[in-house]
Amino acid sequence: MADQKRRDFLGMLFGGFAAAGGAAALYAMKRTWDPLPSVMAAGFTTVDLSPMKPGEFRTAVWRGKPIFILKKDHTDLKKSDKTDVKVGEGDYLVRIGLCTHLGCIPAWQPNKKIFKCACHGGEYDPTGKNIFGPPPRPLDIPPFKIEGTKLVLGEEGPEYKKLVGKA
Amino acid sequence: MAHFEKANSLSEWLDQRLAINKLNKVLMTEYWIPKNINFLWAMGVILATTFTILLVSGIFLLMYYKPDSKLAFDSVNYTIMQEVWFGWLWRHMHGVAASVVFLVIYIHMFTGIYYGSYKKGREMIWISGMLLFVTFSAEAFSGYMLPWGQMSYWAAQVITNLFGGIPFIGDDLVVWIRGNFYVSDPTLTRFFMLHVLLLPLIIMALIGFHFYTLRIPHVNNQEGEEIDFDAEAEKYKAGKKAESKVIPFWPVFLSKDLFVLGIFLIFYFYLVFYHYEFAMDPINFDPANPMKTPPHIYPEWYFLWSYEVLRGFFFDIGPFAAMNIGLTAFGIANVIFFFLPWLDRSPVVAPAYRRKAFNIWFWILVIDMIVLTIWGKLPPTGANAWVGFFASITFLIELLIALPIITKSEAKRAGGAV
Repeated sequence: MADQKRRDFLGMLFGGFAAAGGAAALYAMKRTWDPLPSVMAAGFTTVDLSPMKPGEFRTAVWRGKPIFILKKDHTDLKKSDKTDVKVGEGDYLVRIGLCTHLGCIPAWQPNKKIFKCACHGGEYDPTGKNIFGPPPRPLDIPPFKIEGTKLVLGEEGPEYKKLVGKA
Repeated sequence: MAHFEKANSLSEWLDQRLAINKLNKVLMTEYWIPKNINFLWAMGVILATTFTILLVSGIFLLMYYKPDSKLAFDSVNYTIMQEVWFGWLWRHMHGVAASVVFLVIYIHMFTGIYYGSYKKGREMIWISGMLLFVTFSAEAFSGYMLPWGQMSYWAAQVITNLFGGIPFIGDDLVVWIRGNFYVSDPTLTRFFMLHVLLLPLIIMALIGFHFYTLRIPHVNNQEGEEIDFDAEAEKYKAGKKAESKVIPFWPVFLSKDLFVLGIFLIFYFYLVFYHYEFAMDPINFDPANPMKTPPHIYPEWYFLWSYEVLRGFFFDIGPFAAMNIGLTAFGIANVIFFFLPWLDRSPVVAPAYRRKAFNIWFWILVIDMIVLTIWGKLPPTGANAWVGFFASITFLIELLIALPIITKSEAKRAGGAV
């Protein structure tokens, strides 16, 4: 009996050590797959919006992602307090340019005034709202801060928090 | 120390130490295969051969390929294709074999379904085969990324994004898989590792396991007949070869198999030398550009059917968003075949033409999967979107509803007779 108990104890001890070692190894493997610190740290983009004309569309790059910037005008591209970013005198739509379905880049079609995703046919209107196809939600808003006429992507400013609260 | 006599020949020397005679019997000359089979039973050996071709051609490509987002494209399209002697041959053999292997896998799978070779003791053969299908799919996907062209890049972008659909952890999981916020160098290097080491290791282990699963239930035959393999093997060994229902794997079965393999290889090398372009998408000859999605992207032909199920649901139904329905249907499509032995409720093992309702079910499934494959490549607009929708619905109904009902009533009619 005493012998058996000793064996059980040794078995549990062995199992415990093996489990701890296994868990440690799994943790190390998981961490090795994590994005590197340099990747996580990189990533503030400053865009000067002052040269943009009304109705103009351009794409900036932030953390390898396209950022859509569309300057509203007074005709078809109506201003919208709920979805626009006000920088200086202008109203802008600022969105991450990746389809919320599976991450393709929708194309801005100036004649139809829509963003059209070629992968699965999703469409967004000039407020970033999904209006057709499989996208489950409007285009995402990147974290930003306004500095004069400049937009700093990657930092959460008060305007960003207000916009996300409304959307 | 065991006792050893002096050996009189090399084979005797090896036999003493490795029991090669016994091994040869167990694996080859006394491994029994039914006589009543046709060329469709040769697909296993064709697949093993194609995998070997992939392995060998891959080894040579690996000597010059550079897993770096700055160098990968040129190492494939310039170094391997234009500088390395016969580099083009290895690349075209590798690309064409990767495509053709799926054609043979599908034939192999549908042969199994047609003859009912996945039930009554053969469940593990089916499941290990499905595990191979899934790992081959992962292997094909990771390999497609390596040339780092536009199709490579955007396939990686879309497929890794699929994991974003998983509740709660989705977004973080996508970044974790990619090793960056977007598909980039760390993504390429880790999928390179998967493609050239981890997945091939798993595939080789699974191939061994798949062969082993055949050991006890044995391979099925054209009539679904239950054979007493021990009794039939005795007859064969006693010289009553005509009367016996079985033949040994080597040399009898393999000699016929090698003939079918020969025909396959003629077809395969015809493609390699004269029609390799079907496995080389022109869009992939543009270097990867994270800032520009090609106007129309689609996977390789062998993924089109499940891709079409993914995008078949293009409108919301009640409270369910189109994307989530599509993702769920796609998830089901990818695992549903694992459960085939239990979705089929009938104990009847027979070719489909002798099982009326099942026969109709089988051919509807084949046609539906062909329709899904064809429409999977067409732009998802207008009428095409609706064809995709109905074909996707048909696929789900076939497997989840029609099959259990049809086979349950067949089981009733068969009664206690089977």
